[in-house]
Amino acid sequence: MESRKTQIWVGLFVVLGVLALSFIALRAASGSAATAGETYTLYAKFDNIGSLKVRSPVKVGGVVVGRVSQISLTGEYYEPTVEMEISADYSQFSETSSLSVLTSGLLGEQYLGLQPGFIDDTVGMLEDGDTISDTKSALVLEQLIGQFLFSQGND
Amino acid sequence: MEMLRRLGKKSLDQVAGIGYALAMLMNALIGKPNPRKSLPLFIHQMYVVGVLSLLIIIVSGLFIGMVLGLQGYTILVDYGAEQSLGPMVALSLLRELGPVVTALLFAGRAGSALTAEIGLMKATEQLSSLEMMAVDPLRRVVAPRFWAGFVSMPLLALIFSAVGIYGGYLVGSGWLGVDEGAFWSVMQSSVDWYDDLLNGVIKSIVFAFVVTWIALYKGYRAVPTSAGISAATTSTVVTASLTILGLDFILTALMFGG
Repeated sequence: MESRKTQIWVGLFVVLGVLALSFIALRAASGSAATAGETYTLYAKFDNIGSLKVRSPVKVGGVVVGRVSQISLTGEYYEPTVEMEISADYSQFSETSSLSVLTSGLLGEQYLGLQPGFIDDTVGMLEDGDTISDTKSALVLEQLIGQFLFSQGND
Repeated sequence: MEMLRRLGKKSLDQVAGIGYALAMLMNALIGKPNPRKSLPLFIHQMYVVGVLSLLIIIVSGLFIGMVLGLQGYTILVDYGAEQSLGPMVALSLLRELGPVVTALLFAGRAGSALTAEIGLMKATEQLSSLEMMAVDPLRRVVAPRFWAGFVSMPLLALIFSAVGIYGGYLVGSGWLGVDEGAFWSVMQSSVDWYDDLLNGVIKSIVFAFVVTWIALYKGYRAVPTSAGISAATTSTVVTASLTILGLDFILTALMFGG
């Protein structure tokens, strides 16, 4: 009988451990849901990406549709190129869409804001491997201040 | 010259100790498994090592989570960032405090008991009598204790983290008034399944291996006198704690440093 009681306790212990794991996994953690399923890849070239990082979100109107998967310098002129994985649920962006590096809040982290463009008979849709050409770079505070001072000096 | 000799002897003893420890583990674990005979022994050790450690783990997890909630809140509220309380509590528990504090408590609660038990078996020549009866004491005494410690410590660490997060939620949301929805949703968006949870579990598995191994080895190699057993028990807690903290730094640098 002693060993039967022991077995029950050990079983309870293991169940408790599994419960703890599922509690943490379900309530506290998350697999990156926006890019969990099928994705397609888009590229974009910027003059300056600011402090954008790999895994930064790509948002349309605040909704996360994908994540940055790679950042590198490419081409003859070493332009910063960002590779993004966009969820296949959102596959209907036109080629006139524009992409800008934005900051969440005053001190928050940076993310990519995707602005869907207009759709016309003459414009196609963005597909896997395409490059978004209309991009706006990150605002760098030092450059802004420099421009401001320069324009003041001209008066 | 004498100093050089002593240094040499010390190093040789250290290396021999590592060799003995490795040989003990090898002999205990490698061999034909015999589930019908070893499973009841394992279950019993799970009870002694794991279930009896549950109370101290749950109570300390709850209190550490509550203290984290309280301390984090007083700092974060200065920056108007008290909604980040959830990720702060969850990340510090999952990445560091869960595995490390559980391993330290486990070394004190279960490791010292393992050492003392095996040391006393040796002192009262129970181990030699087992050998006389053609029962391998490594397979019969050491192996089930090792597996029990190895399996139960990661479970204890998970329970510790879960209870700690709940403690942080109790204090942060229930008492200090952080919005409940923000607490959980901000936590969910910043805690990653792979980066944080899995790495924490890997940490606790490594610690479980090391702590149990040290405890069993110290007991097995204890000088079979009452003074020897007391020295071995102390040495278990000290060695295991220092090894945990040192290993934790290395693992953290490998996992989160890059």
